[in-house]
Amino acid sequence: MTRHTLSVLVEDKPGVLTRVASLFARRAFNINSLAVGPTEVPGMSRMTVVVDADGELIEQITKQLNKLVNVIKIVELTAESSVQRDHILVKVRADAGTRLQVTQAADLFRASVVDVSTESVVIEATGHPEKLTALLSVLEPFGIREIVQSGTLAVGRGSRSMSDRALRSA
Amino acid sequence: MSKGSPISPSLMATKSAGAHKASERVERPADAGLDTAAVSPVLGPNNVVPPTVMTGSQAIVRSLEELGVDDIFGLPGGAILPTYDPLMASRMNHILVRHEQGAGHAAQGYAMVTGRVGVCIATSGPGATNLVTAIMDAHMDSVPMVAITGQVASGVIGTDAFQEADIVGITMPITKHSFLVTDPNDIPHVMAEAFHLASTGRPGPVLVDVAKDAQQGQMTFSWPPKIDLPGYHPVLRGHNKQVREAARLIAAASKPVLYVGGGVVKAHASAELLELAELSGAPVVTTLMARGVFPDSHPQHVGMPGMHGTVSAVTALQQSDLLITLGARFDDRVTGVLKTFAPNAKVIHADIDPAEISKNRTADVPIVGSVKEIIPELSEALRAVFAVSGTPDYTNWWTFLNNLKETYPLGWTEPDDGLSAPQRVIERIGALTGPEGVYVAGVGQHQMWASQFIKYERPHAWLNSGGAGTMGYAVPAAMGAKVGNPDRVVWAIDGDGCFQMTNQELATCAINKIPIKVAIINNSSLGMVRQWQTLFYEGRYSNTDLNTGHDTVRIPDFVKLADAYGCASFRCDRDEDIDATIQKALEINDRPVVIDFVVSPNSMVWPMVPSGVSNDQIQVARNMTPEWEEED
Repeated sequence: MTRHTLSVLVEDKPGVLTRVASLFARRAFNINSLAVGPTEVPGMSRMTVVVDADGELIEQITKQLNKLVNVIKIVELTAESSVQRDHILVKVRADAGTRLQVTQAADLFRASVVDVSTESVVIEATGHPEKLTALLSVLEPFGIREIVQSGTLAVGRGSRSMSDRALRSA
Repeated sequence: MSKGSPISPSLMATKSAGAHKASERVERPADAGLDTAAVSPVLGPNNVVPPTVMTGSQAIVRSLEELGVDDIFGLPGGAILPTYDPLMASRMNHILVRHEQGAGHAAQGYAMVTGRVGVCIATSGPGATNLVTAIMDAHMDSVPMVAITGQVASGVIGTDAFQEADIVGITMPITKHSFLVTDPNDIPHVMAEAFHLASTGRPGPVLVDVAKDAQQGQMTFSWPPKIDLPGYHPVLRGHNKQVREAARLIAAASKPVLYVGGGVVKAHASAELLELAELSGAPVVTTLMARGVFPDSHPQHVGMPGMHGTVSAVTALQQSDLLITLGARFDDRVTGVLKTFAPNAKVIHADIDPAEISKNRTADVPIVGSVKEIIPELSEALRAVFAVSGTPDYTNWWTFLNNLKETYPLGWTEPDDGLSAPQRVIERIGALTGPEGVYVAGVGQHQMWASQFIKYERPHAWLNSGGAGTMGYAVPAAMGAKVGNPDRVVWAIDGDGCFQMTNQELATCAINKIPIKVAIINNSSLGMVRQWQTLFYEGRYSNTDLNTGHDTVRIPDFVKLADAYGCASFRCDRDEDIDATIQKALEINDRPVVIDFVVSPNSMVWPMVPSGVSNDQIQVARNMTPEWEEED
């Protein structure tokens, strides 16, 4: 299985997230992560869907997604030609004795401390999924209380805009 | 893979608008495919209606009228009540069914014989969920259909209000698209979009769920509305390079087969197919969904492929070196075990739905587009190739196939219990009614026999529930077909099991003077299941005896039941009465006719490829597999 990142431009209509999610469920495709939000174009949302699939299956997934009437365009973003980022919030056990070590570890990953209490800190970090995995393994010995993580966000490198091209052809 | 060249989907709309006379051969100018002149994607005559204030429900009815709808099948209830009021004054013909599933299948039958969008209406909650089976059936068989449902008022959506069901959510995986309307001003464009989506590209069911307050609220109606579907661009024209490559493969093949599916029926491309077939000289197989799109009587027709296909058709595919696949989808009932299917064949696959191409079987030459466009282009390309390299010689291939056709014709053995053979009954219905009739089957043994023993010479003459396998399809679908084709004889060939699922529509037929003819092939059991129990479960007949046939309590008595519904009704239980009974039915045209054909429960559908094995293991009768002599 290979990991693929699909950027999906959709109409911001009620139920569009359900349509995409239910298509994956119905056809037994595996979603690794899904992130959705508005774009620079009013009425358009963009989803970043990370899926695990082999060569022929990813083509089938793309074709089935394209059949959804609310889906306007799909682009597969490769690791080399795109920037891919996850966002994470981690609540780590940290008292007076360990707080400094924890914050230093966060600094190494250019993560920031966004909440402090006597028993814990909340660390916010953004980065490539691999970097965040590394951060977590460093924090793990201190005691991780909670993890909240976004789906991957991805955008193509260079000046070209996906929605620009999609709307021109439409 | 080929993306084809997108052109205006509106072209498809004009075509389907003229598609009522499906049997007519439409002459197309050579450059018709290039004509992308601004034809409106809004179906119907596109009358200009200046802004007029009306209610949402009036807008629904008016939109349907402007879209050119003539007939609707439905059943009212609380949440759709506002729409039924203006419907009473409409020129449209609304047929009140007895169960919403009947409305759905009737809309399907109507669409299948006319090529127009079938329309059904139901109320919220259970009314809407009763449509689900028909919607799923239309989705599996790509039937253009619009289902309109009432929904509870927008203010109480989500509160588990009386008769509230999330029908948009429920039908999401089984519709081409769906809409929930809560603002009456959205009604005209949503209706136009629904009809456009249902009828263009790969046809399918579209659901329009309208909240009760959107029906009751005031809005400003104008026509034609603007269709705004930025994500919907069906590709119609095949990619030139791919078409030329396909022609090159055909010229180089020695054992090609035209594998023709229901898409050719939907595209109204039977004339184009005939031209291509005769030009290429290749054998043609027509799938269950394509029966009649190529005449059975044509010498190049080698039969229906698949689990109950003819030996010649199944073997043609298995031994082929090139499948010319047109509007077919490599369904598991055709391929058997996929990896053993047509192992030496290259595949040309033309389909309007890109997702069907290389879904089950990888295509060597994918062509995305409408077969209505692709087939003539392929013929043209083929002519050019033949002009250079000469017409290929398929003599050996035909010798092999003709030998199979002669050695393994379709047939049946007489039952040993003295009862009539169901195959004979069906064969006689076809012979006495002729190819101009419409034949609608349910699902099971009778369906297979109806596809095998009736001779189909034209498209849109054979309707059945192919992909979904919906028991209960026949009676309501025949009703819809008769409304769409009032001048044709319409037979529902049904099983005693299927018939008991939807026979309430006989009331609809009798009251609305829709004189269909129903032949119940009464073997007193769920016959196909029983056949599998005979073959694979040591004859343990678990829950398949229906007690409707010979030497049983006959509950229900179909003759009495049909009589109660105001139908003419007969029972026929002897071979010598078959023809006379069919003739009597053919002479009655003022009311529906129901014939209880009492037949043997022991007859089985042959040939058969048992589930889970290669098509090479086809059996012509129990445990009898043809001797394969390797060709050349």
